Amino acid sequence: MATQQTQVLGRALLTPAVALLFIWMIVPLAMTIYFSTLRYSLLDSETWGFVGLENFRYFLTDPAFLTALRNTLVLVGSVLAITILLGTPLALLLDQQVVGRSIVRLMVIAPFFVMPTVSALVWKNLLMHPVSGLFAWVATLVGATPIDWFNDAPLLAVIVIVAWQWLPFATLILLTALQSQDEEQKEAAEMDGASALSTFIYLTLPHLARPITVVILIETIFLLTVFAEIFVTTGGGPGLATTNIAFLIYSQALVQYDVGNASAGGLVAVVIANIVAFFLVRIVGRNLEA
Amino acid sequence: MARRVTARRIWVSTAAAWLFGFLIFLPILWMVLTSFKTELEAFSMPPKFLLFHWTTENYATVQERSDYLHHALNSILIAGGSTLIAMIIAIPAAWSMAFAPTKRTKDVLLWMLSTKMMPSVGVLVPIYLIFRDFGLLDTRAGLVMILCLGNLPIVIWMLFTYFKEIPKDILEAARMDGATIGRELVYVLTPMAVPGLASTLLLNFILAWNEAFWTLNLSTLEAAPLTTFIASYSSPEGLFWAKLSAASTLAIAPIIILGWFTQRQLVRGLTFGAVK
Repeated sequence: MATQQTQVLGRALLTPAVALLFIWMIVPLAMTIYFSTLRYSLLDSETWGFVGLENFRYFLTDPAFLTALRNTLVLVGSVLAITILLGTPLALLLDQQVVGRSIVRLMVIAPFFVMPTVSALVWKNLLMHPVSGLFAWVATLVGATPIDWFNDAPLLAVIVIVAWQWLPFATLILLTALQSQDEEQKEAAEMDGASALSTFIYLTLPHLARPITVVILIETIFLLTVFAEIFVTTGGGPGLATTNIAFLIYSQALVQYDVGNASAGGLVAVVIANIVAFFLVRIVGRNLEA
Repeated sequence: MARRVTARRIWVSTAAAWLFGFLIFLPILWMVLTSFKTELEAFSMPPKFLLFHWTTENYATVQERSDYLHHALNSILIAGGSTLIAMIIAIPAAWSMAFAPTKRTKDVLLWMLSTKMMPSVGVLVPIYLIFRDFGLLDTRAGLVMILCLGNLPIVIWMLFTYFKEIPKDILEAARMDGATIGRELVYVLTPMAVPGLASTLLLNFILAWNEAFWTLNLSTLEAAPLTTFIASYSSPEGLFWAKLSAASTLAIAPIIILGWFTQRQLVRGLTFGAVK
């Protein structure tokens, strides 16, 4: 139905966006690739020179890389597990008849809108502080010794903060999916004497499979590059305990001023993200019958 | 027939839902309460829940000490500016793909989304150097540019999913009646597109407002928005919990309220309509 005229107009309207995104994609990426082959320190311009794949060898064999990779995987995996395992029952609960449901829902989704620097500081100082934090007080109430979160379990502390921020996202998406579930099917199952548990396993869970996949894929993209929470609370430490890939590259680039090495790390991060993105694009693409 | 639900079950669900809702909301509630305490009471053990000396002096001090309003203005200008520019570029693009699709439209859309997958940290170095060489470090213009480009794929996708849902029949009817593209745009399309445009605008304002990676790395003082301003409280020089809480409350209140209004669109926007 599109006429010749609209086709030409359409292309003209699309061009600015495509051109801008193309530049935005290609220029920094090309520069990163170029820098990654150089010995290039912002502090020492004398030794500037081509080193081939030396930076990659250095970055990939640096023990800090393996620690950061492990921390990244633990962080992403734990937050995914927590948000889905808590988000599902929470969504089921909010799908019930609950007095004041809309208020509860507002409370549950609020953390998603708290900027990462604020949530990191509030958790670190007001809740997890080993002497005057709210958690320390609760611990003393039940006769336990308060945990010094950022010294004794720093990565766990970061995981808890990030999970708190993402739980609302998982809950909201699962709740939306639940509300589109076929009520009549559930009623029929109930009339046939199906227990609540088997209704959940055979009807609800399959219905949730797709939103759960969407949650996993979208959260993964964001969680791979968690930065502000670490920057504000631990600065990657103590030692390397909370350094993830994103933070490692940041500290090489803007703390140690090693552009070559940071660029090699940046490309490693791009490769990791693209492996994840490959699956996301396939799944989203399937839903997109343009 | 609605399912019969016993009164007891409703009360059990209600109690459980309120308990979990309260626990999840507690950190925010605690922050707001702390912002009305004196520094001494903010620290006191056992903590004071409601019976403390309520004061609003922290809110005044936050402004005096470090010019909160300057950073809030930066947040508004950067988030607002990047959102507006993104909309201006995205509306024609999304319109074109939704109403004049070609064989390549799907590929273009997926490619646009894939630029969002590029982790910011992967290109931090070149962007930092470009900004340094062009004098864009710590400028609002620089941050507007970066946040605009970063959010552009999402803006285009959201608008595309909204535009796709506008029924084609109405457009065809208008064309049969001899409406030109201009008239069609003004009298038929625009009124139907306004809700989608509004929620895209709001959601992207929220994303830009909370964006922390680029603002932390590319701004220090002049152009620093609230994300960077709040991070400055992480330095160990004197723990000002009550003031930190007051500044934080001011920084997140507008965006939480906006977020509550856009929760429906949030699901659609962030999952590109894959979950309804």
